[in-house]
Amino acid sequence: MAEVQQKDGGKEKGKQKKMTIRVDFTPMVDMNMLLLTFFMLCTSMSKPQTMEISMPSNDKTLTEQERDKVAASRAITLILGSEDRVYFYTGEPNYEDYTSLQETNYDATGLRAMLLGRNQEVVSKIRELKKEKNETNMTDEEYNKKATEIKDAKTAPIVIIKATDDATYKNLVDALDEMHICSINKYAIVDITEGDEWLVENYEKKGELTNQIDRDQM
Amino acid sequence: MPKVKVKRKSTFIDMTAMSDVTVLLLTFFMLTSTFVEPTPVQIAVPSSVSEIKIPETNVLNILVESNGRIIMGVDQNFRVEMLERMAEEYGYEFTDAEKGAFQATSYFGVPMSQMNALLRMPLEEQEKVMASQGTGIPIDTTANPSNEFKAWVKAARKSSRDMRIAIKAAQNTPYSEIHKVMSSLQDIRENRYNLITSLKSVSGDF
Repeated sequence: MAEVQQKDGGKEKGKQKKMTIRVDFTPMVDMNMLLLTFFMLCTSMSKPQTMEISMPSNDKTLTEQERDKVAASRAITLILGSEDRVYFYTGEPNYEDYTSLQETNYDATGLRAMLLGRNQEVVSKIRELKKEKNETNMTDEEYNKKATEIKDAKTAPIVIIKATDDATYKNLVDALDEMHICSINKYAIVDITEGDEWLVENYEKKGELTNQIDRDQM
Repeated sequence: MPKVKVKRKSTFIDMTAMSDVTVLLLTFFMLTSTFVEPTPVQIAVPSSVSEIKIPETNVLNILVESNGRIIMGVDQNFRVEMLERMAEEYGYEFTDAEKGAFQATSYFGVPMSQMNALLRMPLEEQEKVMASQGTGIPIDTTANPSNEFKAWVKAARKSSRDMRIAIKAAQNTPYSEIHKVMSSLQDIRENRYNLITSLKSVSGDF
């Protein structure tokens, strides 16, 4: 495959023969292309992403009430409903007034805007920290330590995620993702209670259930 | 009269540059990529902004299909050990050939009662069974003894103490199915695990 070409300069006297050596690379390219195709088809470029979550232990020593004992002023309860709907209420559920439950969506303007608003203090601090990190040579370790300190602030909201059986896995991941985006460190996935289900139903019927109870009592 | 000479032109194309490029690309692909493990079912995972990467080894993969069928996969060197533990717990016997077959399958998802029959099949048949709508690993939360899912996870934990648990569930899986998996894991005090997602870019600077 390799060839040595002779230029026909031999006729002129006194000139040296010029030789060019050329190697044919075509088979080499063929083989490389084959290998390349094989690697492109049979491998994946990146490892899959994961989110880490840690659930509270199921210890029966903790009573239901103790587990629910979160400062009411800091608590936000998210209820993931069917058809990509999401409801939330703050603090204690108010069974009297159906408007205490609000509906939002998974868009940036919905759930995220609400959570960012509630978590403003932490979010602005984290932003400052990021800026500081970019300006000074802060190590990742130091940054992480400071970020956790900020996120563990006493005033930071605590989010309780309750998913109904009609919610999908995507809804759950989306909700967990929002926690990550909104720098909320304290959140928990909790089983839905009958009370919460009732709240959603009441909301859908625009407070009809509350009225019914009132009428019954009269 | 001189003969009409057809001028001969060499059709020699210099392939050196081409070869350079392909070798470079080849090196790049060989270094950056990892081989795809064939999964019996395709699962469309939801996306998230989380950027944590899953370790390559020492992972217990739990696949949850949208209909709630559970399939598990684990590193090759733990497979036989896990099967032996399960056989002991549920009172089944496996021959060496069956154990060998189990070691060769990267993902499994049948109840223990069907495991013998599955492992005796040739490999292509096994894949067919796995791809079709089979039963999956039973995860009955009401009847404790038949919750084989728990037993498998326990067996995996006994084989390797620092094994990571990764749940890979389809986007449209109802929460009730995920809840079964999560509460089963909670019951056996496996409170830390990973959810596999694909990367989603997010607008803004968060």
